[in-house]
Amino acid sequence: MKQLLKKLTSAYGPSGNEETVREIIKKEIEGCVDEIKTDSLGNLIAVKKGSGSKVMIAAHMDQIGLVVTYIDDTGFLRFAPAGGFDVTDLIDRKVIFGNGIVGVVSYENEIKEIKDVTVNNMYIDIGAKDREDALTKVQEGDAAVYYTTFGGNGDRVTSCALDNRSSCAVLIETIKNLKDSPHEIYFVFTVQEELGSRGASTAAFAIEPSACIAVDVTDTGDTPKSQPMSVKLGEGPAIKVFDQSVMVHPAIKNIMIDEAEKLGVPYQMEVLKAGGTDTGAVALSKSGVPSGCLSIPCRYMHSDSEMVDISDMEGGVKLLTGLLNDGIRI
Amino acid sequence: MLQLLKSLTETDGVSGDEGRVREFIKKEISPYVDKMITDSMGNLIAVKKGSAENPKKVMLDAHMDEVGLIITHICDDGMLKFGVIGIDQRVLLSKRVMIAGRVPGVLGIKAIHLQKRDERNRVVKADDMYIDIGARSKEEAEGLVSLGDYATFTTECEDIGSGRIKAKALDDRAGCAVLIEVLKDNYPDDLYVNFAVQEEAGLRGAGIAAYRINPDIGLALEGTTCSDVPGADEHMYSTVMGCGPAISIIDRSSYSSKDIVNGLIDAAEDAGIPYQMKRTMTGGNDAGMIQRTHEGVKTGVVSVPVRYIHSPAAIMDVTDFENTVSLIKEFLKKGACCK
Repeated sequence: MKQLLKKLTSAYGPSGNEETVREIIKKEIEGCVDEIKTDSLGNLIAVKKGSGSKVMIAAHMDQIGLVVTYIDDTGFLRFAPAGGFDVTDLIDRKVIFGNGIVGVVSYENEIKEIKDVTVNNMYIDIGAKDREDALTKVQEGDAAVYYTTFGGNGDRVTSCALDNRSSCAVLIETIKNLKDSPHEIYFVFTVQEELGSRGASTAAFAIEPSACIAVDVTDTGDTPKSQPMSVKLGEGPAIKVFDQSVMVHPAIKNIMIDEAEKLGVPYQMEVLKAGGTDTGAVALSKSGVPSGCLSIPCRYMHSDSEMVDISDMEGGVKLLTGLLNDGIRI
Repeated sequence: MLQLLKSLTETDGVSGDEGRVREFIKKEISPYVDKMITDSMGNLIAVKKGSAENPKKVMLDAHMDEVGLIITHICDDGMLKFGVIGIDQRVLLSKRVMIAGRVPGVLGIKAIHLQKRDERNRVVKADDMYIDIGARSKEEAEGLVSLGDYATFTTECEDIGSGRIKAKALDDRAGCAVLIEVLKDNYPDDLYVNFAVQEEAGLRGAGIAAYRINPDIGLALEGTTCSDVPGADEHMYSTVMGCGPAISIIDRSSYSSKDIVNGLIDAAEDAGIPYQMKRTMTGGNDAGMIQRTHEGVKTGVVSVPVRYIHSPAAIMDVTDFENTVSLIKEFLKKGACCK
């Protein structure tokens, strides 16, 4: 699991540029599913055929990124955020482009107070001498992501893009562990979640599932003087009740709880006050889809050093595999 | 072409009241299209069949509606209160407006002589303004206007400087005019040109039109912000006037398909048409709705740079407009979008 996670988090995949991640996932699951297709927005849809009802399992491939909007005469890059960034997370961080070009994010020197820093007065420095030199490395429209090495102690690992490659890894392992499911299962690795669950909504329209479980990361409340939230790292995958995008269908939530109890997988309940997931977009597709969410607890979300516990991911695989093998009956 | 822009921008059509603009466009395009539908919301969808054996469905979209005011209350003294659709309230004071296309009015304010010192330094809120139509009483006003009537600025479209025009509603009549010109030519793919309603009220028309059309690709045409003016840093210019059509990578509503962006750039470079990449991700447009239709649609956005959009008087460079028409024609002729 750790090796797979390292491979996935090291891949470049800002929202709207998910190609590399998609290819890695494709290679991992080839042979384990009956059909693999890529739709017009770039979602990767892997189908495990069956005669039963259609179930959609979704995890987004994209990570937050910076899109270059303008390169000035002195060779510095201005950018727009694709996804939610806290600007203070960005200051002096390394970022990397799809072609391997590395840059440093900083802000206009005349700004004296951090609170005055906005994305509009920040820039990426790729060490270019001038605009012409910069253009040999990066074009306007190219996107960059955080550049950090994957590391950690034991089960606790840290990297950028654990949101949401950790969930992609959970889906991949689930696909590999599946036995006979009573369902026809659509594993969807979605695009552009960080821009508002765009890929999930069109994929759900195409698939028209009878139920959906999205897998995504969630905040925790277990760090010093943290926000009050009951989710803790290492206490098992979380079963979502609520976030800004969805009130989870009670039947799905209860099926997930029952399965966890049956399998003896430790779990925790999640009520997320801020943030949304693909669950919300799928739930409102067509005439509505009963939808739930399995969450991987994650500290420091949307920073260059997120942290998850591998045991939570392994618990997630067990729970998801169990749900699909036993059937999701509403 | 200038006459077309003049007629389009001087026709009033605030979000929800696009009828006059729609009728004008219908007349302009009827010789060049195979079919026209007006849907339940008022979108005008024109279909032009392509020459290819297996043509793709290309949806082109420009919105007919413009920002404006809507009458919400007639006061006892005959003055009108209003709601604002998409306008910066600071630009409203003392402007002339036309209500329901026939009743002139003025956004009144106490004369400077009667204002207290602190009043002079304060921005008057739209809620505190009123439209004066010269009525002596509530009854007289009620004979002239009804609640729910729309009002727009009375700006005439005129030449300004050399090769530039000044007009209201260039967002997005510029886009409408581009598509009218584009329809005069022939292409390999089937064009579904949507003149959309209610973009300024939240991209409402384009969503249902795209659902009906279910296109293979979508392209939104806009009159977009151009902020190459004093007080703005160069990287916040958004677009620069005179530098050609602006191609968007990302905005608030959509992330453009790379196939379409590259297709547009190739078309521009092959034909020697100047173009620019939009520098900011501010604003959203109909592409956002088209992209999320059905099973997902690859979309792009091309804009004519327009200074001072959402105000009484915007400025546009006519060569930018002409180059936008050329770019869209070249792009469509190549069928580049449909690889």
